[in-house]
Amino acid sequence: MNKRSSWALPYFIFLVLFVVLPLLLIVMYALQDGSGHFTLRNITKFFSDKDALSTFALSIEVAIENTLLCVLIGYPAAYILADNKLNRSAVTVVLFILPMWINALMRTLATAELFNMAGIPLGKGTLLFGMCYDYLPFMIYPIYNQLKKMDPSYAEAAQDLGATPVQVFRKVTLPLSMPGVWSGVMMVFMPTVSTFAISEFLTNNKIKLFGTIIQENINNSMWNYGAALSLIMLVIIGITTFLQGGDQQEEVSGGLI
Amino acid sequence: MKGKKIIAKAYLWLVLLVLYAPIAFIVIFSFTEAKSLGNWTGISTQLYQNLFNGSMQNASGLMSAVKNTLLIALAASTMATLLGTVAAIGIYHLHGRKRGVMTFLNNIPMINPDIITGVSLFLLFVFLGISQGYLTVILAHITFCTPYVVLNVMPKLRQMNPNIYEAALDLGATPSQALRKVLVPALRPGMISGFILAFTMSLDDFAVTFFTRGTIGLDTLSTYIYADARKGGLTPELKPLMSIIFLIILVVLLAINIRQSKQQQTKS
Repeated sequence: MNKRSSWALPYFIFLVLFVVLPLLLIVMYALQDGSGHFTLRNITKFFSDKDALSTFALSIEVAIENTLLCVLIGYPAAYILADNKLNRSAVTVVLFILPMWINALMRTLATAELFNMAGIPLGKGTLLFGMCYDYLPFMIYPIYNQLKKMDPSYAEAAQDLGATPVQVFRKVTLPLSMPGVWSGVMMVFMPTVSTFAISEFLTNNKIKLFGTIIQENINNSMWNYGAALSLIMLVIIGITTFLQGGDQQEEVSGGLI
Repeated sequence: MKGKKIIAKAYLWLVLLVLYAPIAFIVIFSFTEAKSLGNWTGISTQLYQNLFNGSMQNASGLMSAVKNTLLIALAASTMATLLGTVAAIGIYHLHGRKRGVMTFLNNIPMINPDIITGVSLFLLFVFLGISQGYLTVILAHITFCTPYVVLNVMPKLRQMNPNIYEAALDLGATPSQALRKVLVPALRPGMISGFILAFTMSLDDFAVTFFTRGTIGLDTLSTYIYADARKGGLTPELKPLMSIIFLIILVVLLAINIRQSKQQQTKS
């Protein structure tokens, strides 16, 4: 029995080499100057750089707004999809997750072109709409999964004990579906904070998000500052993951197909 | 109840309509000759012809991007399936703190945004002095694909009777026979769904490829589209190409799901 646990060893080595070491390298490069000496200047540069700071704030703002928008639109959709009385077709569910499999850049470009054709100027409004459109399936799917797993007898019991439909939803269904909502929030918030191509397409380069700054620095060989910016993003991710409670991921992403 | 159902249905279809508008837009405008999206100059299959007989601008660029995308996805998802399956078996037999560490490490690539995975691996390859190209892109794709294989194989291990493997050994099977005839068949559904998931994630990736492809001019479909759009003019033949890809994905996914629901029906 014990011998087979050693089968995890190759993957462990792989993870150390390709996940742990690269993350440590972000920290290392962030704390070095161009010639490899220790410095905090990259970090202080960010905090004294007004442009970078306002881009950072805007990215967080857009990510929060986009996540809220996805919850508001996605939750009702997931609820209807999971309800046996309201929806019995498995095909509808597939239609909702299908866009996840289509090249996101292409979909985003098409969205931007649609706005152009309709004469809507590209800016923050189109950015939010386009991002919501890109990430909505990632919100709907985990919530739908969670609701499907829920034992319907809880809601029935609440009903039998005299709860109104609104009470049943607020006190039983909603709290029980929260793990799904949190997974969806993680799947939407993280990519939104860090995206670069999508925001460039949807605003015609008018609005820069944090990801774009990282990309520009890395591509212009400013590795140390780029690494420092990545480190700041890593901290944000760490905090969000910690707040979310960490390990509910396993169950939700498990059955994507 | 009836009114509620109508409202619910209407809501679903409204969201679907918005969700599919851009895709429909691409498909519709793949059947006209106009150079830019949104210009309608009558029905034509010219773009499809251009795509297939290669009589378009930079045909070799687009075709090699498609080829690279498929080759990288195939190589990365195959490797990820092998690595992930072996790893899942190992992790399943780990206990306590070791298992916690592996689960934690396995979660990191899934939680990390693409850009962090991309930048961190870029720094790794720079640090180790490895020149970037096909190999680094494939390694990077294996990194973010494998965790999903592990997650798909794990439930199959839990469902499996752990004694069957031991029984095969007791009955004289060699470990490799037991692996091929007992373990792999039991885990196959998880391996397949893990492989499909890894394959599609690799196909769709942009940011990680962007940072790990180096400067040898290696393009996948995503990086090709990005460069194309930044130059200003999107290659018109991308529209028919995307329409075809969309159709393939639609058929495959619907087929998988219809098969699954049929299996569930026969079970119950």
